[in-house]
Amino acid sequence: MTNSANNNPAKTAKPETVDERYLLRLYVAGQTPKSIEAFANLKRICEQHLEGQYHIEVIDLMVNPTLAKDDQILALPTLVRRIPEPMTKIIGDLSDTESVLVGLDIRPMT
Amino acid sequence: MTTDQRDKSKIKEKKKPIPRDVNKDAITARSQKSKPSPEILLKSPTGIKGMDEITGGGLPAGRPTLICGGTGCGKTLLAMEFLVRGATQFNEPGVFMSFEENLEELTKNFASLGFDLNALGASKQLTLDYVHIDKSEIEETGEYDLEGLFIRLGYAIDTIGAKRVVLDTIEALFSGLDNESILRAELGRLFRFLKHKGVTAIITGEQGERSLTRYGLEEYVADCVIFLNHNVNQQIATRRLRIVKYRGTAHGTNEYPFLIDEQGFSVMPISSLGLDHPAASERVSSGIPRLDAMLGSKGYYRGSSILVSGTAGTGKSSMSAYFVDAACRRGERCLYFAFEESQNQIIRNMRSIGIDLGQWVDKGLLRFQNSRPTLYGLEMHLVAMHKAIESFKPAIVVIDPISNLVTAASEAEVKSMLSRLIDYLKTEQITAFCTDLTTTGSSVERTEVGISSLMDTWLLLQTLEGSGERNRGLYILKSRGMEHSNQVREFLLSDKGIHLRDVYTGSGGVLTGSARIAQEARDMTEALEHKQETERKQREIERKKTLIEAQIAALYAQLEAEKDDLELINAKETQRDEALVQRSRDIARNRKADAYLSKQDSNEKIGKRSRK
Repeated sequence: MTNSANNNPAKTAKPETVDERYLLRLYVAGQTPKSIEAFANLKRICEQHLEGQYHIEVIDLMVNPTLAKDDQILALPTLVRRIPEPMTKIIGDLSDTESVLVGLDIRPMT
Repeated sequence: MTTDQRDKSKIKEKKKPIPRDVNKDAITARSQKSKPSPEILLKSPTGIKGMDEITGGGLPAGRPTLICGGTGCGKTLLAMEFLVRGATQFNEPGVFMSFEENLEELTKNFASLGFDLNALGASKQLTLDYVHIDKSEIEETGEYDLEGLFIRLGYAIDTIGAKRVVLDTIEALFSGLDNESILRAELGRLFRFLKHKGVTAIITGEQGERSLTRYGLEEYVADCVIFLNHNVNQQIATRRLRIVKYRGTAHGTNEYPFLIDEQGFSVMPISSLGLDHPAASERVSSGIPRLDAMLGSKGYYRGSSILVSGTAGTGKSSMSAYFVDAACRRGERCLYFAFEESQNQIIRNMRSIGIDLGQWVDKGLLRFQNSRPTLYGLEMHLVAMHKAIESFKPAIVVIDPISNLVTAASEAEVKSMLSRLIDYLKTEQITAFCTDLTTTGSSVERTEVGISSLMDTWLLLQTLEGSGERNRGLYILKSRGMEHSNQVREFLLSDKGIHLRDVYTGSGGVLTGSARIAQEARDMTEALEHKQETERKQREIERKKTLIEAQIAALYAQLEAEKDDLELINAKETQRDEALVQRSRDIARNRKADAYLSKQDSNEKIGKRSRK
């Protein structure tokens, strides 16, 4: 039940390359403006800074409500970096690119 | 005092300590008047002892209730017990969302109180959810909401069909998340969500410095706010509970003490008792026949309150032991609250006056509850006593001594506590036997805690000092509703038990002890002497009588003798007269005198005269 790609094909995130150094999960609750914005922001940041090194899973808690408990999700949207360890959480619509990069511990590639 | 008078005076006494009840009545009246809609506020019973009484049936059903208070005051426990009792007693499943303790800790903590959370979880009666928030793990970027929490909660509620929800404590969100404006908006939404779900919710909150809760949770919960307090006064901690508000219903407004023990939470609505307890006319023996005789020859009233006051060592405990012993003999159950001595010590000491209390303990008729007054606060004592009385269901309760409770609180508090306890005991028709240690020097007709007015029968044991001795005297100061002796009795304690003796009230004043014995001996000597004296006098008179009689006899004898003499003389005289006559006749005859006849006549006359 980790990959919700089949359940929600609209938000499928395909692996860019085989080298998945970053495994990211985005928890949302339905297609709210906030979750759509968060997904767009995340995708933009990843493409800019982690090209070919990431994999994004989008989990809709409306579909899988038990995951909210299992993964300790409180606020939505929440982005969880599962790999690399340690796990970090970023909550919000990810509009602040700087703090997302800090949260994911990514050196900006500019 | 007639019954009416007594009742009136009691009402006066009782009204003082519980003036808040008047307010409560007023609230009831107002709320009843201003209730326009026929809809009645539904309540969700807590099942917690005493809690439903003071809330008038439980927490508002389908609405959130805020429980606030300082650290360690029992918020989590109250909330959890609400869920567990709801699940086990009222068939209302519950969700416990913990923001502080993880599931393992919770399960362990409540196992010690006898709540098996795992079993309840397995039977789908209870869902535990631990919400872990660690600020260091979370980065905030932009707008968010707490929909995740709502989903979790909603899912948990829906899966088991929960009717009760606890959020303990939601304030943890404030320390875990930075954006307070989002949090506040979401909290408002959360409470609406809970109401929409129709669950009865408890939200706990830590006490703030100026407000009820640190983050002002009370703004969101408008229906019911309960405040828990853990006060330490003179090193003694007391837990108290107060309903700050409860919209749309009457409720007790006092601070109610509560107890947390191995059976969980219990609140004591002890001040809400009225003065409508029954009055039995059945009598119970005091165990001392002569004391029964003093009390209208029948003993105390069942369900009455008896106070024995006296200075140290006057035999108060011995009197209570006698009372207990007599009750156990009748097969009644007794509960003995001892605040000074241990159970074994009491049993040993009472054996020395010939009473074996141990046998009653073995038979389960007697239970001791020994504790130091300073062990915990007064209210806790009261709660503990209530619990013990309710579980043991005794016919007689002994409190030995009540005066010692003063060490745990002020006099006024003790008085209010005892009046509540005695009211309770009277309602339950339990005879209360209290001892009270009066300090030497103070007025005897004054008890340490000033509760004599609450008592129906008041015995005073007093030491009567004199001639280098202290002896015990027993008075009945009052005994409502029965004839009683007005006399002091000497109270003797020996290895054969308690004996009451009449004191010496003779010419030498009131005497007791050896003075009495000495006086009695003196009296006896005096009486003996008196008797001897009388006897002696009697004997003397007897002797005199004999003497006089003897004298009389002698005089008679003398008289007789004199009479004899007289007769002899008379006889002689007659003889001499006759002889004289004979001789003169002979002479005349001899002379042949012619005057013989006339002479004979005159001689005969002479003879007659002398004979006379």
